[in-house]
Amino acid sequence: MLLSITKNIHEWLFSLMPENIASIVEMTIIAVIYLTGFAVAGLFLVLMERRIAAWFQLRRGPNRVGFHGILQTIADALKLVSKELTGTIKADKFLYNLAPYFVIITALLALAVFPFTKDFQAFDINIGILFLIAISSIGVIGILLAGWSSNNKFSLIGAMRSGVQTISYELSVSLSLLTIVLMTGTLQLSEIVEVQKNGWLIVQGHVPAVIAFMIYMIAGTAETNRTPFDLVEAESELGAGFHTEYSGMKFAYFFLAEFINMFIIASIATTVFFGAWLSPFGITESIPLLGIFWFLAKTFVIVFLMMWFRWSFPRLRIDQILTLEWKYLLPINLVNLVVMAIVVWLGLTIQF
Amino acid sequence: MTNEALQNIITTWIPELEFSEAESQFLNITVKPEQLHELMLQLKNNNETKFDYLFCLSGVDWGTDLGVVYHLESTDYRHTIVVKVKTADRENPTFDSVCDIWKTAEFHEREVFDFFGIKFNNHPNLKRLFLTEDWSGFPLRKDYVDEINMIVK
Amino acid sequence: MEPIVVNNNFKSEEYFINMGPQHPATHGVLRLLLTIDGEIIKKVEPDLGYIHRSIEKMCERDSYQQIVHLTDRMDYLSSNINNEAVCLAIENALQLEVPERVKVIRTIIGELTRIASHTLWWGVMGMDVGAFTTFFYGFRDREMINDIFEETCGARLTMNYNMPGGLMFDIHPNFIKRTKEFVAHFKTKLPEYDALLTNNIIFQHRTKGVGILTKEDAISFGASGPVGRASGYSCDVRVHHPYSALDKVKFKEAMRTTGDTFARYEVRIEEMWESLSIIEQLIDNIPEGDYKVATNAVIKLPKGEFYQRVETARGELGVYIISTGTKNAHRVKFRSPGFSNLSLLNHISVGSKIGDLVAIMATLDLVIPDIDR
Repeated sequence: MLLSITKNIHEWLFSLMPENIASIVEMTIIAVIYLTGFAVAGLFLVLMERRIAAWFQLRRGPNRVGFHGILQTIADALKLVSKELTGTIKADKFLYNLAPYFVIITALLALAVFPFTKDFQAFDINIGILFLIAISSIGVIGILLAGWSSNNKFSLIGAMRSGVQTISYELSVSLSLLTIVLMTGTLQLSEIVEVQKNGWLIVQGHVPAVIAFMIYMIAGTAETNRTPFDLVEAESELGAGFHTEYSGMKFAYFFLAEFINMFIIASIATTVFFGAWLSPFGITESIPLLGIFWFLAKTFVIVFLMMWFRWSFPRLRIDQILTLEWKYLLPINLVNLVVMAIVVWLGLTIQF
Repeated sequence: MTNEALQNIITTWIPELEFSEAESQFLNITVKPEQLHELMLQLKNNNETKFDYLFCLSGVDWGTDLGVVYHLESTDYRHTIVVKVKTADRENPTFDSVCDIWKTAEFHEREVFDFFGIKFNNHPNLKRLFLTEDWSGFPLRKDYVDEINMIVK
Repeated sequence: MEPIVVNNNFKSEEYFINMGPQHPATHGVLRLLLTIDGEIIKKVEPDLGYIHRSIEKMCERDSYQQIVHLTDRMDYLSSNINNEAVCLAIENALQLEVPERVKVIRTIIGELTRIASHTLWWGVMGMDVGAFTTFFYGFRDREMINDIFEETCGARLTMNYNMPGGLMFDIHPNFIKRTKEFVAHFKTKLPEYDALLTNNIIFQHRTKGVGILTKEDAISFGASGPVGRASGYSCDVRVHHPYSALDKVKFKEAMRTTGDTFARYEVRIEEMWESLSIIEQLIDNIPEGDYKVATNAVIKLPKGEFYQRVETARGELGVYIISTGTKNAHRVKFRSPGFSNLSLLNHISVGSKIGDLVAIMATLDLVIPDIDR
């Protein structure tokens, strides 16, 4: 249905103009659709976070704007758009203005490769996972730039922490994904999904896969700079960390990027560990469109998990964060990788 | 230890101290500025008195004299004593600091300096604590006048 | 011998950072001048006076009844205990014996104030180490106490319930019932505090072994309240110099010996249990009688010096009144617990990280108006 519409538009565009221009126009249309779609999705993630936080914290949360507060974050976004852009006089103007785009663009770029359902994937690259890892490490440059160019010591401390933290945890994210790649034998996301038709990879790989998933969730939370790893912002220590000096729309970019990044981390987990759009036990295999529902349902369960972390745990200290990564997660990860290799080599995976 | 016993011990160290129990619930000692540090050191270190807790340090303007009142307690014996030191010099009142005996005195002496203008010798960091550096006068002195902010009844 | 010159291209440099006066962790307008090397703190210098109102000078101008109201504005989280301190000092000076009923009510209200202060501290403590949810849990329970206060005397924060000679008015008929309800409620909620924060492994790692204060230093710096008791220094005024009805109740002085941030945290949690026990011992035995004794409309203290010590939620508060026999005090000095506790901040936080400093400050439980009197 939806897929046939896209096919029709594709054919119509190519019949209308030369092939090169048509493909550029098509890409632009897809990009615009993704941008609007995920900007709005990001806003609803903010709303979800606020409602869940309220639920944990014995309060009601936003419930006035629209039905049960559903339009609250849209109103907030409109307010942010209309606000004045302030900044420090001694800021490095060029880098200061550039930083938010780094963060938001890398966040949105990553969305292109996810298989939301069969055939609904903007860009099925054969090095999908590598692409995701590569893209997610660019985001930190934006944060570093923001902290450095603001010419504010609190921002700078936040940026330094961000650099240290993100680069360290990048290792664990990559290694835990690599553990799973051992089973699939491919980096292409659509093929990874294909492999999972014999059982989700977290089931196929049993013990080492569960360990990899746990490490991935810890490192993923650290990647998105959320509590208990929110040292970058650490409101009680640094005010607002790297985005102290940003206001209006530029601040909104950082804010939105944080939530989209959380969605991305959850999406990767869904795709790699939980069979992406595949329904449990294949109950809705005959209706491909329901794949979107399953994909989002699994993603939001993981997003909820991350929000649960955030509203229950205190923050770690900078040296504890590094100890956790270099002394615990990394060695466990390396051993786990070997275990997984043995499991695959001996054919001990569980196949349905 | 009772007040008399305390008085007997302390008199043996420095004879010319004034003791008084009138108009106060504690034993009061008035000491000359030059003997202050010596007396305090004894009060802290002597095994029979052991006043290791300076719980209050207040500057007082008695009208003509400026002075400092030290409230001391021993955490072992739970006896209390009050030491007073006064000077008639209102231009440049100076006492010895007791920072080296009780660390808490550092902040309290800065407060006294801030509000009474009493200087303390050997204080590591004697500067204004609450008021700004360019404030003129010492507000808690009785002769302080601020026509804008003070309402005199 | 010639000194060895190490040519270090990566030499570290100390820098200076201004924490406050507007900063989320300073809980008010405290300004800390930090000298930092990377993340490690080299020196902390507090800069005070942003909300100094010169209460001591105002006390020299006002009548004794008026002084009581000013003390609300010092440590606003234990305002009732501050009021009580001044009232006790004045009553002692006048040698006025207040009815037993007044003493018991004062003690109950004082302990409720202590719990209210500690619940707020607990919420903020969690927030300072990054766990936001604690704040709302703390406020939920504090709200019940504030409701009791509101019904009793019409105010929630600055109560002004005490006056020289007794209380402003008698307790509300619901007071006993609601206080009992609160005690029963809070007994089920305090274990929740432990489940949410105390037993959290991250929290324990953040606080254990951080900001260690030895017993000798605690005494020398004049630490009092939970800060002193966490270092094994028995400094509870309620035990050593009991006032009001505190000599009639049995309670354990909450003590720890490690003196680190976690010990200070535990002491406060235990104090809440002890306060509940004090309230339980007294709430059923409020004696009948008057709620005040008449004093002259113009109170004149006899000539002399009067000192009263009480234990507020933060530590030892001293009220030192010098009277010349007129209707105004010659000099009033408040020995505030926060001021002495702040003075040891530099001593215990040097060498720790920025995150530790925030945790240490949270357990010192500073209330800035208490320091900037």
